[in-house]
Amino acid sequence: MLLRIDQIQKSYPGGRPVLRDVSLTLDQGETLALTGESGCGKSTLLNLAAALDSFDGGEITLDGVPLSTLDDSGRADLRRHRVSLVFQQFNLIPSLTVEQNLSFHARLAGCHDTGWSTHLADRLGLSDLLARYPENLSGGQQQRVAIGRAMAARPKLLLADEPTGNLDETASANVLDLMLALVAETGAALLLVTHSQDIAARLDRCVHLSGGHIT
Amino acid sequence: MTRAVIQALLSHWRVHRLQLATLLIGIALATGLWSAVQAVNAEARASYERANDQLAFGQYDELRNPSGMIPISRYVDLRRAGWQVAAVLEGSLQIGERRLQVLGVDMVTYPTLPAVTQVEQSATPPNPADMLTAPGRLLAAPSVQKLLRDHPHLPPVLPTDALPPDLILTDIGVAETLLNKPGQISRLIVLPNQPQSVQPLSDIAPELELTRASARIDTAQLTDSFHLNLTAFGLLSFAVGLFIVHGTVGLAFAQRRAMIRTLRALGVSMQQLVWMITIELALLALIGGLLGLVLGFFLAGALLPDVAATLRGLYSAPVDGQITLHPHWALSGLAMALAGTLLASGHALFRLSRMPLLTGAGLQAWRGATSGNRVIPLAGVFLIAGGIVISYLFDGLIFGFAMVAGILTGSALLLPVLLSLVISAFQRWTQSPVAQWVWADMRAQLPGLSLALMALLLALAANIGVGTMVSSFRLTFTGWLDQRLTSEVYVTAPDSELGQEIAQWLTPRVTAVLPIRSAELMHETGPLFLYGVIDDQTYRQKWPLIASTKDDWDRVFAGKAVLINEQLARRSNLWPGDFLTLAPDHTLTIAGVYSDYGNPTGQAIVSMAQLDQIAPGAEARRFGIRVAPDRASELAQDIRDRFELPRHAVVQQATMKAQSLAVFEKTFVVTSALNILTLGVAGFAILTSLLTLWTQRLPQIAPVWALGLTRAQLARLEVLRSVLLATLTAVLALPLGLVLAWALLAVVNVQAFGWRLPMYLFPADWIYLFALTLVAAFVAAALPALRLLRLPPADLLKVFANER
Amino acid sequence: MNVKLWLLCVCLLLPETLRAQGYAGLGGSADGFDVPQPGYQFEFPRDHGPHPSFRIEWWYLTANLKGDDGRDYGIQWTLFRSALKPMESEGWQSPQLWMGHAAVTTPDAHYFAERLSRGGIGQAGVTAQPFEAWIDEWHMRGPDPNTLSLAASGDQFEYNLTLNAKTPFVFHGDAGFSVKSTDGQASYYYAQPFYTVKGVLHLPEGDVPVTGQGWLDREWSSQPLAADQSGWDWFSLSFDDGDKLMAFRLRGARGDFTAATWINADGSATPLPDGSVSLAPLKTAHVADRDVPVLWRVTLPDQDLDVEVSALTPNAWMAARFEYWEGPVTITGSHSGRGYLEMTGY
Repeated sequence: MLLRIDQIQKSYPGGRPVLRDVSLTLDQGETLALTGESGCGKSTLLNLAAALDSFDGGEITLDGVPLSTLDDSGRADLRRHRVSLVFQQFNLIPSLTVEQNLSFHARLAGCHDTGWSTHLADRLGLSDLLARYPENLSGGQQQRVAIGRAMAARPKLLLADEPTGNLDETASANVLDLMLALVAETGAALLLVTHSQDIAARLDRCVHLSGGHIT
Repeated sequence: MTRAVIQALLSHWRVHRLQLATLLIGIALATGLWSAVQAVNAEARASYERANDQLAFGQYDELRNPSGMIPISRYVDLRRAGWQVAAVLEGSLQIGERRLQVLGVDMVTYPTLPAVTQVEQSATPPNPADMLTAPGRLLAAPSVQKLLRDHPHLPPVLPTDALPPDLILTDIGVAETLLNKPGQISRLIVLPNQPQSVQPLSDIAPELELTRASARIDTAQLTDSFHLNLTAFGLLSFAVGLFIVHGTVGLAFAQRRAMIRTLRALGVSMQQLVWMITIELALLALIGGLLGLVLGFFLAGALLPDVAATLRGLYSAPVDGQITLHPHWALSGLAMALAGTLLASGHALFRLSRMPLLTGAGLQAWRGATSGNRVIPLAGVFLIAGGIVISYLFDGLIFGFAMVAGILTGSALLLPVLLSLVISAFQRWTQSPVAQWVWADMRAQLPGLSLALMALLLALAANIGVGTMVSSFRLTFTGWLDQRLTSEVYVTAPDSELGQEIAQWLTPRVTAVLPIRSAELMHETGPLFLYGVIDDQTYRQKWPLIASTKDDWDRVFAGKAVLINEQLARRSNLWPGDFLTLAPDHTLTIAGVYSDYGNPTGQAIVSMAQLDQIAPGAEARRFGIRVAPDRASELAQDIRDRFELPRHAVVQQATMKAQSLAVFEKTFVVTSALNILTLGVAGFAILTSLLTLWTQRLPQIAPVWALGLTRAQLARLEVLRSVLLATLTAVLALPLGLVLAWALLAVVNVQAFGWRLPMYLFPADWIYLFALTLVAAFVAAALPALRLLRLPPADLLKVFANER
Repeated sequence: MNVKLWLLCVCLLLPETLRAQGYAGLGGSADGFDVPQPGYQFEFPRDHGPHPSFRIEWWYLTANLKGDDGRDYGIQWTLFRSALKPMESEGWQSPQLWMGHAAVTTPDAHYFAERLSRGGIGQAGVTAQPFEAWIDEWHMRGPDPNTLSLAASGDQFEYNLTLNAKTPFVFHGDAGFSVKSTDGQASYYYAQPFYTVKGVLHLPEGDVPVTGQGWLDREWSSQPLAADQSGWDWFSLSFDDGDKLMAFRLRGARGDFTAATWINADGSATPLPDGSVSLAPLKTAHVADRDVPVLWRVTLPDQDLDVEVSALTPNAWMAARFEYWEGPVTITGSHSGRGYLEMTGY
């Protein structure tokens, strides 16, 4: 079991509960879509799984590590080494080039592999764009860099939050294809937040979140 | 509608209170430092003017004897030949610690002075018989009156506030007793309304020289350079303050773009908006300016005593130690605040007025346009080149400062480009991803920080430059004092007669008695003090010559040559081999030039025989005594006891040096104070820049945080980045500061004081300044870093939120 | 206001004190100073010189001149001495102060200059033998006071004149003891009214050779006015037949005091007591912001004298540190002639 989410509870700062006793599991190499209405808490759940945020109750175990036991630096360590993230807004580092962005996470995690990075750049069609800065790329290109950055660290778990939400149809399909292919190639697990049933259908499993519960 | 728009515009400041405070503080600092310097200058100038009016200085032509005093008989000769002249006897009087100037005028013929009028119109006017006959009356400022109260041997004092501090006005008959100069006249002023035909001066008194009122160097001219110095520093502080204003206003405008776009969409015209914002800025400038005036007033009050001391010590210029408020000072301060604020906001305002209705609201657009601008570095290169060219083409203090200003501002404009180059180099050179990111991010941050960094560069360069100058000066000065103050004991007798007696008594008891005798002559460049020396090893071995010739001292003692001080040499461009005319038909070769940091006037040294020839009767009251150092204290006391001399009349070398150094230190107290203040303002500029950049930081930091760095690490990196930028700026400021020091020593000082100083380097001072800079950068970054450390992850997560 | 103002010293010349203390402080008390006594035996040349133990003294010369251009001119040369203390000493602190006044009056202009000095340094003074009175380059000197050369200059004028007289001095009052008030204030007062004058006036309009007659007054005292006396009108009139009249009126709160001396052409003099002569202003002119009488009726029944005396020009105002009117006059009526008029305290 790679990821085990067990009876998680989380409220917003105002006290409004977002997640109530949410539980799910994800195996190694498995892909899971998390769907739900806007504001149902699916991004929050993803952030919790990524150790970006802390929860009020329950437990999340990632690769055997219970997240509630981790302090700030432990969680940072976990993010660095075990999970990778892809956001709707791409969230590349604007001051770094495409090449530097691609290798950034892997180098941070201390597992940079030049061959693998070159391969990824090739696969993602970024070989000609390596010297550019993010602000000079199209949305699809930026998201491909984000996927490259995520996969370069060979994560056990890839967390993607509406990765195609900001893209047009063509770019969207292209990005999803590449992501699923690379996940399959590396054997990573994927937890993907989307509101699109079409995308959800392409993954192994689908979980629907509504009113703070898995339905 | 207008009201609604104003409400909308002002609501921005309600939300961004810190920004408002920063803006006001920026304006206040700029105005305050500038106004303080202005007030100090104005007060000093007003003092000279008051003194000139009060003493009728500079209004009349004058007759002087280049070789000394004028006897009363000469005055009568002139009078009886029709010359309408009035006699003046001047001198100084040591009262305890204070040295007071005594101005004795012939109250019967001298033009009416305000002080006399005031005394006569007082409730108890003095009897004229008391004024004109023994013991007489002294007129002096109330503070001086208090001082003189404990000296019963002095004539009674009549208080008047129509006299400068440190001056006693009295009838010439009283003055000659007071100064022990019976029958002597220092100068004659030529009164207006001369009779129709008078005999030419050459027939009656060929030894006297007529100086036109217009030709005399007055105090104001003499001190001009000093005031220019202060003004330059004031302007520098002002500029540094404006950097803060510029940065804050730019950010405020960027943040209000969305609101402005909305307002325009709702039908408010751009013109209306620009007007309202201009008025808003003007109001802020006035509020900030008022705060600045309060600051400036107190600052000036704190600085003035030292300025006054400096001016008195350096130029004998009379300055009151009190600031008075003048309405035009306040008005000009406010005008400066207004002009400065509008100048600093002009760019932002212009861009706002050009903003298309549908442009994006983001900060990126605002920031992007500032970066990559090629005009600014080009302007920097142009300014530096211009400054250097000016210094080559023109001479003069103004041009010296123009060069310094050109190099400083030019370098400041080049700073972002240089920093960017350096950072790129580091970025390429580093391997670690975090380091790489830090450098890359630092470069990305440059445009937003560049103004603050420019301010820091200017402040640091000024600090290094001025610090180097002052320290070089101090080192040179102390070395010079050691050479110059060679005698172990210095004696000042009340008159020449007792002086002779003391000298005779001393001769068998000590190694050498070196008379210090001088006469005031007139040279075309101003007063020239001629000193006579006797042949002694002390001079040959120790006198600080900066230009010499073979056998220089031999020729001087043989009465064939003269030594002149550096001030005279530079001012008149006279160097060894040239000739100096000391009296009609009395011209000597210049054998050497010596350094002299005592005062800005010209000086020359001849043999004692020559002095007696040129200025017969020069008083012989002062002596330097060479004696074994361990006997000095004992000897000094012996002289005091035997000749009943007061303590200050017999001074040991160490005391003399200490006094000289004290005067020196005071000279630069104000400069140092302004320096530190400028650095403080620059530090504040960094803080405000970092705070204004804060909102832009989150999108940069959040992804890195998400990729596995803790907030603590990120906070540390924030501080590191600020410290690194400050360090780089400081490194670049060092050569600039040294250039500035060179310019101050070799150009400005020569123009201002007449001496050129060797430049010494003081790495320890730089390290101290570096440390100070790092502390400033650390403190400036600490607040934003602390904020980052305490930031809830939820705030960082907002960056990733889909609904942005 | 200034030390100089005290110069005429006798005391302070503050306007407020003027009315209370008599014009120019001349009514002040004589503390420490000598006071003129009747029966004084003049001794010459000594008495031509200064008398430092008296508070005030003057050498006062006026002359009515005719230029070779046919115009009338008047000149004045006066040296005042006033003492702060009844003593003399060397150097700046001498208590003796000196003031010179010189003027040239033409029918349409009045040029005037003033000089100040103190005693003790040689800038101004008087010696009796040979006679010289001087201040700065101004001088009145000769082997004796009957043979004089006279010079003065200002920024607009200069004159160089020689004066000769053959007659002895005329003593006013009781053999030179001239009473000034009913309280007995008095001065020593003698004169030489019979000079013939020759010389040149250097004026802005050009040099004018002149001839005419001059009149020297010598007077010293310590307290010549009574406290209530605020000014005087003083006439020196030379008639065409050679006779002369000196007359003055001291204006006082308690009434005027007049005195006069009739001087025959041969130099013999008759003192005339208070009330003998009548001096009545007929017309005033506005000069220097005040009204000054410029036309007078002078009657002296004893000598069948009834004349009108009118100023050559009303502008003869001496804008000195203490101000007064001093200028040439012409005489018409029972007698004709020329003369000088001095009016103070207006």
